[in-house]
Amino acid sequence: MSLYQHTAHQLRDMLRRQETTAVEITESMLERIETIEPEVKAYLTTTPELARSMARVVDQRLKQGEALPDLAGIPMGLKDNMSTKGVRTTCSSKMLENYIPPFDSTVYQRLMQQMSPLLGKLNMDEFAMGTSTENSAFFTTANPRDLQRVPGGSSGGSAAAVAAGTAIFTLGSDTGGSIRQPAAFCGVVGLKPTYGLVSRYGVVAFASSMDQVGPLTKDVTDAALVLNAIAGSDPWDTTTAQRETLDYTAFLKPDVKGMRIGLPKEYFVEGVNPEIKDRINQTVQQLAAAGAEVVEISLPHTEYALAAYYIIAPAECSSNLARFDGVRYGYRSETAPDVVTMYKESRGEGFGAEVKRRILLGTYVLSADAYETYFVQAQKVRTLITTDFQEAFQKCDVIITPTTPTTAFQKGEKVHDPQALYLSDLLTTPANMAGLPAISVPCGFDQAGLPIGLQIMGPAFGEGQILRTAYMVEQLTETGGAAR
Amino acid sequence: MSAKYETVIGLEVHAELRTKSKLFCSCSTKFGSEPNTQVCPICLGLPGTLPVLNKQAVEYAVEAGLALNCTIQKYSKFDRKNYFYPDLPKAFQNSQFDLPVALNGKVRIHVNGEDKELGITRIHLEEEAGKSVHSGDNILGSDYSSEDYNRGGIPLIEIVSEPDMRSPEEAYAYLVALKSILEYTEVSDCKMEEGSLRCDANVSLRPVGAEKFGTKVELKNLNSFRAVQKALEYEVQRQAQLLDAGETIIQETRHWDENTGKTHSMRSKEEAEDYRYFPEPDLGPLVIEQGWIDQIAARIPELPESKRRRFISEYGLPEYDADLISSSRKMAEFFEATVALFPDAKMVSNWLMGEFSRLLNVSGKELDQAAVTPELLAKLLQMLAKGTISGTVAKSVFEEVFATGKDPEAIVQEKGLAQISDTAELERIVQAIIAANPGSVTDFRNGKDKALGFLVGQVMKETKGRANPQLVNELLRKYLA
Repeated sequence: MSLYQHTAHQLRDMLRRQETTAVEITESMLERIETIEPEVKAYLTTTPELARSMARVVDQRLKQGEALPDLAGIPMGLKDNMSTKGVRTTCSSKMLENYIPPFDSTVYQRLMQQMSPLLGKLNMDEFAMGTSTENSAFFTTANPRDLQRVPGGSSGGSAAAVAAGTAIFTLGSDTGGSIRQPAAFCGVVGLKPTYGLVSRYGVVAFASSMDQVGPLTKDVTDAALVLNAIAGSDPWDTTTAQRETLDYTAFLKPDVKGMRIGLPKEYFVEGVNPEIKDRINQTVQQLAAAGAEVVEISLPHTEYALAAYYIIAPAECSSNLARFDGVRYGYRSETAPDVVTMYKESRGEGFGAEVKRRILLGTYVLSADAYETYFVQAQKVRTLITTDFQEAFQKCDVIITPTTPTTAFQKGEKVHDPQALYLSDLLTTPANMAGLPAISVPCGFDQAGLPIGLQIMGPAFGEGQILRTAYMVEQLTETGGAAR
Repeated sequence: MSAKYETVIGLEVHAELRTKSKLFCSCSTKFGSEPNTQVCPICLGLPGTLPVLNKQAVEYAVEAGLALNCTIQKYSKFDRKNYFYPDLPKAFQNSQFDLPVALNGKVRIHVNGEDKELGITRIHLEEEAGKSVHSGDNILGSDYSSEDYNRGGIPLIEIVSEPDMRSPEEAYAYLVALKSILEYTEVSDCKMEEGSLRCDANVSLRPVGAEKFGTKVELKNLNSFRAVQKALEYEVQRQAQLLDAGETIIQETRHWDENTGKTHSMRSKEEAEDYRYFPEPDLGPLVIEQGWIDQIAARIPELPESKRRRFISEYGLPEYDADLISSSRKMAEFFEATVALFPDAKMVSNWLMGEFSRLLNVSGKELDQAAVTPELLAKLLQMLAKGTISGTVAKSVFEEVFATGKDPEAIVQEKGLAQISDTAELERIVQAIIAANPGSVTDFRNGKDKALGFLVGQVMKETKGRANPQLVNELLRKYLA
């Protein structure tokens, strides 16, 4: 087995036992990137020298007998919407094609403190808007399970890199499912933490009230390790919660006795592939056999979630993306004769179709005539969805659903049908609306051999219990730990 | 202005807060630095940056609210005001829309001997934009514009008044009162010339006795309190003429041109922008607990209105003096400190409003930049009151004290400026002057009283102003009799 095929915790243990070195691990990754990246195309930018120099520091310190953090020497990649000082951060947009941030995002800083080598920046749907990575202004990433299929999105590059073994772990961001859906499509673990658990500072905003950064990993243990590294309040992001630090690996016990698992009927509806529903139900039965208690629950306002999401997220994005005006940085149309024309041309040429579609939607729902009927209504729906969850969590400890209505679809299959693409978010957006933690963990394959993702949602800051449930799913379905 | 219409005015005042750092980042707020030297990723709105609210700015806003008799809102929030402009790096301004930090205040003004209470609708916190510097004289005549973001993100409060003012004069008095309160509490520098205090005015006319407001016009580019008054006076006339001619007023924004003394239309209501306000998701609600409000309230100094009343009752100052002296906190404090040492309050106020103010004006100094202290002024006034020096000498000694901070007694001593009240010495001088001016002597004796003045002047000249003028008069009359 090559080094790139291991999980982070395996490599950590190997480093501690001096069975390998950080430089060897990094070189193995860089070699893997060279071999397979032309097919997968997960990376927009690679940073081999940054990775090598960090790996050398790790080896030096290890040689001196220093005790290092868990992720020291474990190479990773970042979604290209996380600011990296001196390394271009494009958001897969022509608008930021040559933008080099002068500061680091908090999550990258925390991974640097872990001494985790940065391999590069990963492809995504432009400004994190999309579910297939086909909205990247540069190229589409392939699903390593089937190169003709999409890896999901918007963190498609992040999921594909983990699945392809071109990163041991990655970070993605999730506004409506952008970590969980690609994780499900690529057969990896993807965790969206509770809103406010992980700092958003330096992560280019899409919809500020829902964006959250989280790990994509090969197994649940790695997800807990990466969460340990990135979670915690940040003085630069006042929406982060002040809470005591937890060791999330402490929750990982193969024991679900007495755990109450809620199954919401609204998530097993028509439109969700029966094969997926069956696979989820089978897994739930396995959990029940292991001692969990299964509870039928209802989240009655689920059917309004997607519509409300597609009002709130575009509204916030229309404001967040207004700063890309060509005045200070980013793409600027050079031919415009005056400022207003420059705005129009720069934004018209710099943004892709989906981004423009959402800016238009968002601008409309915030306009004086539409505000009450759309934006305010959507906020009310958001409150109802949050209340649904609060009531549900009186009856259960975690909620299990499919992550996606379908498995990975073909490239080009839905590219001209935005509404069909929006439906991919059907089962994931409610957790963002309510700010709750949710994880997608592989639980098997469909007949075409494509991975199926099982979603576990928990109450606010209930990362511990969803990780534990996911860990059990991993044990029962034997899906963890592999780069296949 | 015709008596047919009643003028209705409301003002929106923007005051930059005196914080050391900006509203959402730690950049300096210092005025006048090189362009774009006080900026960071946050106030430049670089992608991924987030705001961190400046606690001091909130305290200043609360303090201003309390000083203006507002109710502080325990729960308020920030919103985004969205619009495109090159000086606005995020393309939205963080402001407070429907839940501002303070509501329902009032300010007392005194115009033409009448007292009036004016309402304040609200005070909200927001951030400044940067500054566009056009290559030409104005935006239209420019090939290009440069942006300076030093100012971008400086905290300010917007104070919105009720439409309670009934004349441009009242608007002026309101601004003076407001500025005075903001200066007393030290929440703002209130320097209009540096733009740290700005004002927009809304004005409409309605037939006398009508209840319904007329169509209002908003005036912009008002760069001084006098400009506010003048622009309003012009606008009141313009609207009255239109109404007299049977025309209707258009709801619009008009630009005041200081050079022509006229307003001209900038944009109509239809062209007004839709700012698409919505709650700022990057900042939680602003929750202000009573304990915090109490702490802030405890440090508010005695305010001008209370000082004014006390100066009248406690020191017997005329209203005019009390108004003037109390409008500046520094002046009021100087006044009280001087009176504590030299109890003739009216004399102190005369000197503060007279010589002291004149010298401040001439030198362009702020009160606390002058070398003179209440102790020095009190000493000088004591010498004057005792007759040790004459009024003329007092003025020239004060000039020196003002500039150098030297003890006035020492100056008088060194320069031998003490008044000559020694009869024997003055008799000698008076006799010499009489001997030297026989013409004037004859004139006086022929009944020309003016000649006496000339002779007094000669004596004063001879003594370099040190002669006791009353004594000189007596002696001259005695020897000419």
